[in-house]
Parts: sequence; C-alpha cells; structure tokens
Amino acid sequence: MQGGPENATTIDERHSSRVTVEVNGASREVALDNRTTLLDALREHLDLTGAKKGCDHGQCGSCTVLLDGRRVKSCLVFAVTVDGRSVVTVEGLAGPDELSPLQAAFIAHDAFQCGYCTPGQLCSARGMLDEVSRGWPSAVTGDLNTPVELTDAEIRERMAGNLCRCAAYPHIVAAVRETAASS
Amino acid sequence: MSTGAVGRAYPRLEGPAKVTGTARYAVEYPVDGVTYGWAVPSAVVRGRITRIDTTEALASPGVLAVVHHGNAPRMAPGPQPELRLLQEPAVHYRGQYVAVVVATSLEAAREGARLVRIDYDTGPHSTVLTDDHPGLYKPDQVNPSYPTDTAEGDFDAGYAAAPVRVDVTYRTPAYHNNPMEPHATTAQWHDGQLLVQDSTQGATPVRATLAELFELPPESIRVVAEHVGGGFGSKGYAKASVVLAALAARHVDRPVKLALTRQQLFGPVGYRTPTIQRVRLAADTDGRLTAICHDAISQTSTIREFAEQTAVYTRSMYAAPHRRTTHRLVRLDVPTPFWMRAPGECPGAYALESAVDELAIALGMDPVELRIRNDTDVDPDQGRPFTSRNLVACLREGAQRFGWAGRDPSPRSRRDGRWLIGTGVAGSSYPARARPSTATATARPDGTFLVQINATDIGTGARTAIWQVAADALGVPPERVEIRIGDSALPTAPLAGGSMGTASWSWAVIRAAQTLREKLRDGGPPTGEVTAEADTTEEVGGQPAVPRYAYGAQFIEVRVDADTGEVRLNRMLGVFAAGRVVNPTTARSQLIGGMTMGLSMALHEEGLLDERYGDWVNHDLATYHITGCADVESIEAYWLDERDDELNPAGVKGVGEIGIVGAAAAVANAVHHATGVRIRELPIRLDKLIGVSGLA
Repeated sequence: MQGGPENATTIDERHSSRVTVEVNGASREVALDNRTTLLDALREHLDLTGAKKGCDHGQCGSCTVLLDGRRVKSCLVFAVTVDGRSVVTVEGLAGPDELSPLQAAFIAHDAFQCGYCTPGQLCSARGMLDEVSRGWPSAVTGDLNTPVELTDAEIRERMAGNLCRCAAYPHIVAAVRETAASS
Repeated sequence: MSTGAVGRAYPRLEGPAKVTGTARYAVEYPVDGVTYGWAVPSAVVRGRITRIDTTEALASPGVLAVVHHGNAPRMAPGPQPELRLLQEPAVHYRGQYVAVVVATSLEAAREGARLVRIDYDTGPHSTVLTDDHPGLYKPDQVNPSYPTDTAEGDFDAGYAAAPVRVDVTYRTPAYHNNPMEPHATTAQWHDGQLLVQDSTQGATPVRATLAELFELPPESIRVVAEHVGGGFGSKGYAKASVVLAALAARHVDRPVKLALTRQQLFGPVGYRTPTIQRVRLAADTDGRLTAICHDAISQTSTIREFAEQTAVYTRSMYAAPHRRTTHRLVRLDVPTPFWMRAPGECPGAYALESAVDELAIALGMDPVELRIRNDTDVDPDQGRPFTSRNLVACLREGAQRFGWAGRDPSPRSRRDGRWLIGTGVAGSSYPARARPSTATATARPDGTFLVQINATDIGTGARTAIWQVAADALGVPPERVEIRIGDSALPTAPLAGGSMGTASWSWAVIRAAQTLREKLRDGGPPTGEVTAEADTTEEVGGQPAVPRYAYGAQFIEVRVDADTGEVRLNRMLGVFAAGRVVNPTTARSQLIGGMTMGLSMALHEEGLLDERYGDWVNHDLATYHITGCADVESIEAYWLDERDDELNPAGVKGVGEIGIVGAAAAVANAVHHATGVRIRELPIRLDKLIGVSGLA
C-alpha cells in the first residue's frame, strides 16, 4: 500500500539544487530535484505550461524554448544547468498589450489546429529567424558566401524539427515568411 | 434572417490562447496537492503476473504508492474489458498497463516505475497478421455496424467472362495515430465525486464509461476537455489514461496527473490495423466495370473485437453488376486496433483506387476518364439515389486545376535530371452522418447570447464553426454570441469523430436557437435570462436512411530519385464536395491535414513489429516517421459550392476525414507513373524502389 510518511517528503538536499533563472524577463528562484528537466521545471514548478511535452525525448519539438536566445528542446536540458541563464517561453513572446508579429501571423494564416505543437513552433521560428539574420546556413543553403535568402525551402528545412500531426506546415511556412518579410 | 457568419473565414476563437501558451490542456491545470502517476507497461506478451515486488519502489523517495491488480480499487465488469485495468493478473499483450506508480513528483514517479519488479508466467504468442493465419474468422459485423460480407450478381462468373481484369493484393502496415498531445488526465475525487480533465474527443462518452466502471451516477462525474491536442480517432472513447488516473487518485486519495509517454501510445490506445487486401476488377473494353471484389483481412485482439470496415468503401464507390466484399479477422496477442482517421475508408480506398489505376493501365485508358465512366447516381450498395454525388465534378475541376490534360500515360515518360517525375490521381469518398445531440441557447438582457453544448474541439475548429452557425441561427452578429464547449457539465453531445461533429452539434444548436427566438418573439424583450433547450434525438433518428456521402479527387505529382529511389512530393491538389463549408479557413486546414496524413501513410509511416517481443520496435517519433515540414512542398485544397438539403440543418458533410481518403493511392499511382514500378505494400520507401533493376 502506501509508503511511509518519510517517503512523502520531497527529495533531500543532496539531490536538489536551488536554481536562479531569468524567465521571460523576470528572475525566478526555485528548488529543484536535480533530475528535473527545464521543461518540467517550467510546467510543474513555474506554472508556465506553454511549453508542451509531446515526446520527452527531443524528437517532436513541442517543448522548444529560447535559452540565452537560442532555440533548445527543453526536455533535453536539465534545469540545474540553466542557473544564471535566460529563458524565453511562448508566454514571453508577446508584448504587454499585443501579440508579436509572429504570433499574429500564426493566427492570420491558421498555422495550427490543435495548438499543442504551436508554442514550440513559435519559439523555434523566433530562434530560426535570428539564426538566419546571423547568416547561419542550413542543409539546403546553396552559396555559403552570400547572405542567406529565406526561401520557402529554407523555412521548411529550418522548421523540420518541429512536428505537427495536424499538418499545418504550409500555413506555418506562410506565417514565418510573412513575419520575416515585414521585419 | 441570416447574418451570413456561416461561410466566412473567421480566425479560430481560441487562437490567441493557443499562440500565447495560455490554453490549458489536460495535465496543465494547477491543482493543490497534486501527485503524479506513471504507468508501468507489461514486459511480456501473453501470460500472468505471478508476483509484484514493490519494496524498492516504495522505498524510493517521493513514491506514495504502487497501484496494481492486487490493491487497486475494484471496477465493475462491463462491455469495455480492455479498460478494466489493474483488476486481474492476466496479460493479453505487451505494453498492457499493469501498474501505476504514484509519487509527489514526476521524477520520483518515473524512478519508482523503474523499480517495480514483476514476475510473469508466459505462454506462446502470435502477433503477426498473415493471409493464411489459422485463426482467420468471419466477424458478425464490421465497424461500427456494417454487414461483414456483401454480394450482388455473380462475381465469379462476371469476373471470368470479362475481357480485361486485374487481380492484385495490397498490404498496409500498422499505423499509429500519434496526436501531439499524449493521452493524459488529471483526476481528483472529492466526496465521492470525480472530476477529470481529460484529453479526449468526447467528454460525454468518457463520463458514461467512467460511470459504468466506477458504478457511479453520471451526475457524480465531470469530464473537462476544453483544449485537446489532437486525437485522429485515438481519443474517440475513454482510454487508459483516464481510467488509470482515476484509479490512482482514488487509491492515494489525492489528485493525480497522469500522461502516457510517447512510447506508451503505440498500441494500448489503439492504432490502425495492418491490412491485407485482395482486389479484383473486371471491365469491358470500353472501361465499364462489370465485376468488383474486395477481400480484406485485418487483426483484432484477444480482449475485444474491433473489425476495421476496410472493404466498405468499395460497396458504394463505383458501379458494376457483379460485386462482392468480404472481411476476415484474426485475433492476435496484440492491443486492440481502433479508429484512426477514416477507419475503413482510408485503407480501403488505398487498395481500390490503386486497383482502378492498374485497371486503367490494363485498358489503356486515362484514370480520370475511367472513374468518370463508372460513376453512378444510385448507391450500388443500397440501391437508392445518393442525396448528392459530385465525384465527377471533383475529378474534372481537379484535373483542370492540376493541369492533368495532355498527360503522357507511359511510365517514366518525364525526367528532370536524376529525378523521374510522375503524376497520379485517386477518388475519395466518406459518409456524411449525424448523431443526436442536445444544446441550449440563452438570451441575456444585455442583448448577448450564450450557447452551450458539450462539443469538443480537438483542433478541427469546432468551437468557431458552432459559434458561426449559432450566430446565423440566432440572427445576430457573432460578436454577440458566446460559446461554451468541452465540459460534460454542458448539454450532452456526441464525440468529435466520424466527420459528424459539426453536423450533429450544429443541428442541436440551430434547433435551440430557433426555439429561443420563438420564445423571445412570444414573450417580448427579456427582463431576465431566457433559455431554450434542444434535443435532436427524434429528428436525427427519424431521418430517412438514404446514402449521403462527401466526395473528392486527389491529384499528386512526385519525383523519384533514379539513383537512390527517394520519393519526394512535388505537389498535391485535392478538390472536394463536402456540402456547405462553415469556415473556409479551418475547413482548408482540416482538408490539408488529412491529405498530408495520407501522404505520410504512403511514404513515411510504418509500425514495425518484432514477433519475438510482440511489440512495435520503432515506438517513438524518431523512428516512426511522420511527414514533417520539409516533406510538404506544395499542397492545395479546394471545394465545390455544394448544396444538399437532405443532410442536416447546417447542410454540412464534414471535412475531418475525406482529405485522407484516396491520398495514399494517388501517391502510389504517381510513383508508378514516375518509375514503372508498382509498390503494393505501403509505405513506399526507397528500399523498395532502389532494388528494382534499371530504375536509373
């Protein structure tokens, strides 16, 4: 039956850490089991459930967030490793009063259906556009000596790590294309 | 008076919540004192648990309990044996949930699950479907209640006498639904009342199942499904997560969140059965079909019979004087297969629409023209006229948009460098049905309206579509209408499935709105709230049984690498006739989604079962491939302006499933056109093409 009351306590200090992390611009401090992933820290300890758990193995992209500005699959990052670092989740993409252009474009192009992969798609697109602006090539980039031109093929390739079972892919590409063109 | 909301492209109502991450899914609600459940799957295929050692697990920090057949709360026997989990030591398939570890954190629950030691007595098992399996039998009916076999005329004689014939067998593998949100539940008991937030396609049927299993009046149970991360059939009824979470929460007397892992979704929550399908077609030299036979074999489990209606598509699609369809099943030591987007029609159309292509080649006839020649206004199965049948119009418009005219039918007639280019076509149909529903409409003194119905939006856009329908039915701008769905506390409604959600829900909403308007007309301006209720049970049940179907035509161009055999989609174009389209934005998304899942079925997905372990070895999203962003270069969906007054008050046929039907056949037909190679076993991957001599 049930374990004793000593088992009902949380993990002891040897197996936990205090982690201070900036999340969406605000400093957050939380005591975490060392086994806790960044994804579970966000979802279960900070009530930021925007980042989704689709596979917990880095295979679907639903948990994508920005870590120090770069997109990462938060299910593959231990929370203890982000102490002192900065995380932006889907909850942090919008301005105080209005959606970001990327979010508005996702709505306008119906770039989602069930919405479960959407936070990951948005964070991934945000990170990807930044990568392009830095001139980072992808597997389909032709000439490495000229600035990257964000063609549909580039968008498809760069967004290929984010699965969408509803298959909103062409609309995601359209939303990203429009956002890139207007920024 | 219509305000004209129906037919206009509105962005989905929950869009802002979904793009800001504030839409809450099943295990995302804050709950005081919550605990975490982790399901433990059986490590054997068939056998019996002889011992469960929970010592180590219970000693692990944070673990509260290990719930298993020896200590779990009892559930009533009933018609859903596979949901009677943790009740007995018998194991019927590998992966069957045999325990749940409950802990104060996810990490502790997962670690505890690893530490549960289970011993089994095992027996021999059979998990692979073959066409000569000794267990083949004829089920009494096929899903949901079609006759198992049908026959008209004399197929054998008609087939033997025909000048042109094809006799071909197609195979499809197990396909796994894989919605992005796993099956997940938050469950809490308070004073004998059960509250669950569940990832389901229908909160009403989930409540009914829980009431049955836990022997409670339905009023004691509330099932909330406000946002659901996809289902594609796999969340059509109550599944293991909700039962395990409710059991665990009762056992520990605390709220429990339980999400199945991705690996745990490849069987126990249902999957599309593998199929073996023999199709025989005969025609006269003008291309008129004279004989059609479709024999389908699929699998079910030892626990419950699920008989995929694979050959049902063939009964009504094309006319011929001599026709026969059969279904045979084998009970294997596997999880029970279940619905996956267009069960029956999807795999059946792959076989029939591929065979029609093979017949066109045998006849030397254009495959679009062959389909047009065998069109029929009368349902060959029921012998009654279709309420509307616009297959030919879809084929013609699709051919025109796609640029089909002038196609050289010879395989390998187009080449672009190392790429062989080919085009293919397939027909598509799906029944247009409706189920009884209830709804309420309320007028508020401030001039706004509230419409309530326990519909579910699994990503279809149902919330937005019902809102548009309600506004028109109330005769007010949609901005004055508030819609509430996704909660069993709302008026009872059927699940989102079978492409009948919008038809069923809008029917009840329209009737409630009409009644409300009559009340308001009679009573003058309301001083308080005025509510009208509707129940369409009698009206839906009283509908004449006439054949109602949506149709479509799918056109595809692929390129095949002559050196590697890699198949890539160049473009995909579908034209559909699905009655009235309530919201062009969300309808297009559904059609494109279905077509893409058909592409995925044709080229990417395959559950690979290892007979030694009786389980699918590629049970994750790294090794079970689904179509990704880079695979879809161009995809377009169109529809005809179709009016059919014999459907339902909203005039809709449903668009959730028609998009997948025929898509895989169109891909296979295009690959044949590109390469001259006919692959009759899905998926079409490079290993099946690269070995073909002379491809380059």
